[in-house]
Amino acid sequence: MSVFIDEQTRLVVQGITGRDGSFHTRQMIGYGTKVVAGVTPGKGGQTFDGVVPVFDTVADAVRETRANTSVIYVPAAVAASAIFEAADAGIPLIVCITEGIPVLDVTRVLPFLHERGARLIGPNCPGLISPTKSKVGIIPGNICRPGRIGVVSRSGTLTYEIVHQLSTHGLGQSTCIGIGGDPLIGTNFIHCLSAFQADAETDAVVMIGEIGGTDEQQAAEFVQTGMTKPVVGFIAGQTAPPGRRMGHAGAIISGSSGTAAEKMAAFARTGISVMKRPADVVPLLEERL
Amino acid sequence: MNLHEYQARDILRRHGVPVPPGEVAETPDQARAIAQRLGGGGRVVVKAQVHAGGRGKAGGVKLANDPAEAGEVAKGILGMSIKGLTVRRVLVAPAAEIASESYVGIIVDRASQRPVVMVSAAGGIDVEEVAAKTPERIHRLAVDPRYGLLAHQALGLALKLYREMPKARAAADIMQRLYTAFYAVGASLMEINPLVTTPDGVAALDAKIVIDDNELDRHPEIAALRDPSDEAPSEVQARQAGLTFIKLEGSVGCCVNGAGLAMATMDLVKYYGGEPANFLDIGGSSNPQKVVDALRIITADPSVRSILFNIFGGITRCDDVANGIVQATRQFPLTVPLVIRLTGTNEALAVQILTQAGFSALTDMDEAVKQAVAKAKVGGA
Repeated sequence: MSVFIDEQTRLVVQGITGRDGSFHTRQMIGYGTKVVAGVTPGKGGQTFDGVVPVFDTVADAVRETRANTSVIYVPAAVAASAIFEAADAGIPLIVCITEGIPVLDVTRVLPFLHERGARLIGPNCPGLISPTKSKVGIIPGNICRPGRIGVVSRSGTLTYEIVHQLSTHGLGQSTCIGIGGDPLIGTNFIHCLSAFQADAETDAVVMIGEIGGTDEQQAAEFVQTGMTKPVVGFIAGQTAPPGRRMGHAGAIISGSSGTAAEKMAAFARTGISVMKRPADVVPLLEERL
Repeated sequence: MNLHEYQARDILRRHGVPVPPGEVAETPDQARAIAQRLGGGGRVVVKAQVHAGGRGKAGGVKLANDPAEAGEVAKGILGMSIKGLTVRRVLVAPAAEIASESYVGIIVDRASQRPVVMVSAAGGIDVEEVAAKTPERIHRLAVDPRYGLLAHQALGLALKLYREMPKARAAADIMQRLYTAFYAVGASLMEINPLVTTPDGVAALDAKIVIDDNELDRHPEIAALRDPSDEAPSEVQARQAGLTFIKLEGSVGCCVNGAGLAMATMDLVKYYGGEPANFLDIGGSSNPQKVVDALRIITADPSVRSILFNIFGGITRCDDVANGIVQATRQFPLTVPLVIRLTGTNEALAVQILTQAGFSALTDMDEAVKQAVAKAKVGGA
């Protein structure tokens, strides 16, 4: 097992002929992901790299290829529209890599997904990878190793840093999930923690949060009441000034809430081992396993 | 992006919210003329237009009894500094006869993932302070974005502010218009504070609007309202170069790919006893030019004593970054030590490029941060 994606994942790439979409489609195919279709309106009937059929609509792609997961690389202005389309075509798992989607677009997208029972990962996320089984998104496959640690993070490259530390110390991963750095996201820490708790092939979880919002505090409560597996946590932004958006739209301390100190205290209070720096991940996990 | 009060008032007025008269002045003469024209020779209020809270406490909001005094008051406020920002404009408005002050605001709430309308009969205040100390005085309603703020919902909130039905109806109408404006301009926050009752009815006396930066591409008319004089020049330069840069007070300049790793790098600088000089994210698919621009911005800060590169190559190619470093140092020689850590995509090629140019590179983040902190201390001594 693994979480959300595995060998059964049949992927449709929305925006497959674009600059980012085509580059990462090749990377995903190279990794072994079953990329069964691509969508670019107006390019239906073509074939991407001679192997992936391209369709005009997601509905066509689903009908012809039984795609069950979508990944989105389209520009921000049309990303919400791409999510609506995937959900309407009955795709149950939609991964939106696109950065810069207006938050108000996301307020409209989320109830639509909820009504259809679809799960969105992201937006503004690196996607997810179940090492050796499937990769959906942009996480570099070469830094991951198969194993029994679940990783969930709001960040991209910081996740790579921590996964790299795990892999070089022999701690492989069941699934690594980047949930995205925006203030409104489809899948939060609790959804991922609960999936890892239920996954027979995950022994422990690394949770990488950052300043802004209260998702980490709520996740900490969940760890205390809903999890038996050990969790190790990190919060980025201990030195971030209040009121400034630190790159990610969601990474902003409002007034005195959403600080790293507040989140790290919530972790400590609920039995999550708190990393002071990325290199702490391995010793803390070894203590808990 | 923050809008000024006068810009926010214009937007609300365009959406049919009653806003008392008022115009913006850049000189004392203009302030005097506006006071004469709008105030009919009577009392006016002169308000500094800067992106800072607590303008009143800082002396940026003053009453004037007549147009001549309005000119004098404007002269005092224009050019003054509030929280480090220079006042370049003042709003001049007739002093309203205010019977009551309330608060109405809309934010996008992360927990409910919906726009939330907040009202309080305790207006004219710092709403965060009220929310922290007396949360029962703030009434909140999460709005379903599929249907918008419905009439009965708005009236229900308005009745928390006013007992008299005509006032409540007027306030409910204002809330629905505010909600419409919120989506129309792509706001992440809108506040009317205070919402006042005067002999003329219910009106928005002061307004604050924050626009979601991701909306600016499709709202060029809103993007044009940006006031660059309220940003640090280095931040303007970075934005134009497509970099995310925030100036801080320390001495270790940081250049990182990815926002999370950039924050973690700043934190590690502090962990090893240094202070970061900035947050800088060169973004995902970086090209050498971005690195050149980044170095130009970092080196322009005289408090920088060492520069730390921390690159975890994924989409970002380490050789792109290495080429950028080499190009930059040919264009402008560095006067402070450089510590480079890079690992990931095309790492070996990057090391080769750097070594040929006389630089060395590390692969471990902790080691690189320690060295950058140590070099900043030597350089600063």
